[in-house]
Amino acid sequence: MADDKLSQAERDEAAYFAERAAAAGVPRPLSGVGAGDAVAAAAPVAAEPPTLFDVQEMELNFGPQHPSTHGVLRIILKVDGEKILEAIPDVGYLHRGTEKLFETETYPMGIPHTDRMDYIAAATNNHAYCLAIEKLIGVEVPRRAQLIRIILDELQRLSSHLVWLGTSGIDLGAVTPFWYAFREREQILDFFEEYCGARLTLNCMRIGGLPFDLTAGWVERLMEFIDDLPARIDDYEQLLTDNRIWKKRTVGIGVLTAAECIEWGLTGPILRGSGVEWDLRRAQPYECYDELDFAVPTRTGGDTYDRYIVRVQEMRQCARIIGQCIDRLEPGEIRGKVPRVIKPPAEEIYASIESPKGELGFYCVSNGTNRPYRMHCRPPSFINLQALPKLAKGHLISDLVALIGTIDIVLGEVDR
Amino acid sequence: MAEETTPPPAAAGGGPREAAKPKPASEDASGHPWVASLSAGVPGSVLSAKRFAGQVTVTVAREKIPEVARHLKDREDFGYCVDVTAVDWRDRQPRFDVVYHFYSFSKNDRIRVKCGAAEGEDVPSIAGVYLAANWSERETWDMFGIRFSGHPDLRRILTWEGFRGFPLRKDFPLEGIETGAAIYPEEWPEGGGPSPDDPNRKVVS
Amino acid sequence: MGIVDNRFEDNVLTTTVDSVINWARRSSIWPMQFGLACCAIEMMAVMDARHDLARFGAEVFRGTPRQSDLMIVAGTVVEKMAPIVKRLYDQMPDPKWVIAMGSCATCGGPYRTYAVTQGVDRIVPVDVYVPGCPPRPEALIYGIMALQKKIDRMKVIRKVS
Repeated sequence: MADDKLSQAERDEAAYFAERAAAAGVPRPLSGVGAGDAVAAAAPVAAEPPTLFDVQEMELNFGPQHPSTHGVLRIILKVDGEKILEAIPDVGYLHRGTEKLFETETYPMGIPHTDRMDYIAAATNNHAYCLAIEKLIGVEVPRRAQLIRIILDELQRLSSHLVWLGTSGIDLGAVTPFWYAFREREQILDFFEEYCGARLTLNCMRIGGLPFDLTAGWVERLMEFIDDLPARIDDYEQLLTDNRIWKKRTVGIGVLTAAECIEWGLTGPILRGSGVEWDLRRAQPYECYDELDFAVPTRTGGDTYDRYIVRVQEMRQCARIIGQCIDRLEPGEIRGKVPRVIKPPAEEIYASIESPKGELGFYCVSNGTNRPYRMHCRPPSFINLQALPKLAKGHLISDLVALIGTIDIVLGEVDR
Repeated sequence: MAEETTPPPAAAGGGPREAAKPKPASEDASGHPWVASLSAGVPGSVLSAKRFAGQVTVTVAREKIPEVARHLKDREDFGYCVDVTAVDWRDRQPRFDVVYHFYSFSKNDRIRVKCGAAEGEDVPSIAGVYLAANWSERETWDMFGIRFSGHPDLRRILTWEGFRGFPLRKDFPLEGIETGAAIYPEEWPEGGGPSPDDPNRKVVS
Repeated sequence: MGIVDNRFEDNVLTTTVDSVINWARRSSIWPMQFGLACCAIEMMAVMDARHDLARFGAEVFRGTPRQSDLMIVAGTVVEKMAPIVKRLYDQMPDPKWVIAMGSCATCGGPYRTYAVTQGVDRIVPVDVYVPGCPPRPEALIYGIMALQKKIDRMKVIRKVS
């Protein structure tokens, strides 16, 4: 190599690559290395100037600020061109110290903090928290409150899946479902606003029942809304389900077998998309779920497309459940007999529900005072995110976006 | 609001008044079939067992945790590790309780396994038995400082680089302490950040 | 604006030029997608068909700070995230504005804990604070309109006295 003919930049480049090759211990193999390794290692380094096209590994930071609207998740990617060699999630960018806050506040004061964990489905968080404490102190929730709690939960499930649909679509380039999904979501948020005053961070459940009773006309308007809903879901399906581009982006991406799901502790639509028909509403029914008739959508493929179908079918089942609950509503009390100051016995309890993301549980240890001694949340998104490195290996960077969408994480829950 | 008010009377019409449910009580569960199978399968592991509100809690010896986990997974079909966490009992010996929850699909039920760990003691990791326990153990290390020996990658997960201290311990104040982490390297290269001396700090009791 | 920045005295010509420049700037604010927590969902709701931020010229949410002029800090700023917020602010070209949306960005919100920065104004200068937990989308639009009024008062080619 005629060194004096090369510019300083080219000399620097050559030195850089030689250094990396020496550090890696192999003489600069071509990218897509596989079988040629032994041969390349045996032969001496060919004296050709290295070029940028020969870089075999690049480390990229995917986040914490990136347009994919899932929050502050940072993924350290080691890529070879577009192919992902390793994807390591780095979480903690939204760690707010909620579990420590629970210890400094009384039991009812903790309910608004649970809202902000899975902020897309706040009612389910409140529900799990209240269930845990109700089990601890042995309070029976009146039937009317149980039915309304189920209605609120299922509305939240709808709302969460609509956000998932919209943002998943945008991540993969389908912008239209976003507008449609948020149109429905605004109507759902109107119902919540009328019920408890808030759109997003609801604080809509209390220990022993509910804070408010339903206003006049709420139920009738809700019936109209869910009567229209199947037609709207048909709209979304028409846009996406048989769409060639959508299928090409989602079929075969992120395949998980049932055994792998159980091994990794994944729950929710991910588990049901891989063939395990397990839903806490069916397996360990809480409130009145054992009386209601609904299907648990399951698919056997285990890829992103299957999880998409599972969630869309779950939206249809939500409408069914809400209709049945409305039919069963009767006048009654909305809050059980709860003592004025809640001082549970010095025991521990774990209670979980099926949130839109998976199994959401609260583990509460009480020491007999009116503040929890330890309140721990078992967040589905945190446990589900562990599987991302395994899912992402071998896929392209654009598939990583689809995978983050299909696991459906909420960073408030991952980081608490 | 710090206090609950008594519930208002029924809104409209008369629903039947809910009968007072008996309060759950704790009872000893040493005779429970799972506990018996555990004592037989991993001798010397079970220290005590309790049942409260239908949930079985088994306290085991710390060193036997991987065998206990293996026994529960293989023999008793508790194939799904729900959660790993810890509790800081500040003035008790051993100081920490590491708590595991497992679920069995065939039994459709959960079991809680606890082990005591004193400060500085290691707990053997079950990340090899249950892959789902990986991040939960990292989080327990981050929040409490309980080291899990044999964990493939034990490092901080929720707090940031340079953070000193373990937040969920009872002697760590809610407002935080000066950790010296250089999180603003351009302005404060030696560490710290905006207004590090905050007079309003209180210790959680 | 380079050589004409803050150079001229107030007169009818310069105030007109300034008002035209300010009108152009405030009618096409390009925010950066910077949703941190729950307020991000309300920020997404501002973009949807009901609250329609597009009518204010602000529909184009850029993914990169290099092409945006407004950073809406929507959500809790955790100490781990704080240097990244600062770096993103530094990467934005002038003129740039910051809206602190929600209680957490304004003052730490309900989280007075070890991990939360008590207000994003400890890290970047904030122009408009929108309180709420989370603020309604209408409140955020009000905040953006307040920012537009603030931009109208800017002196671009006139001297700042």
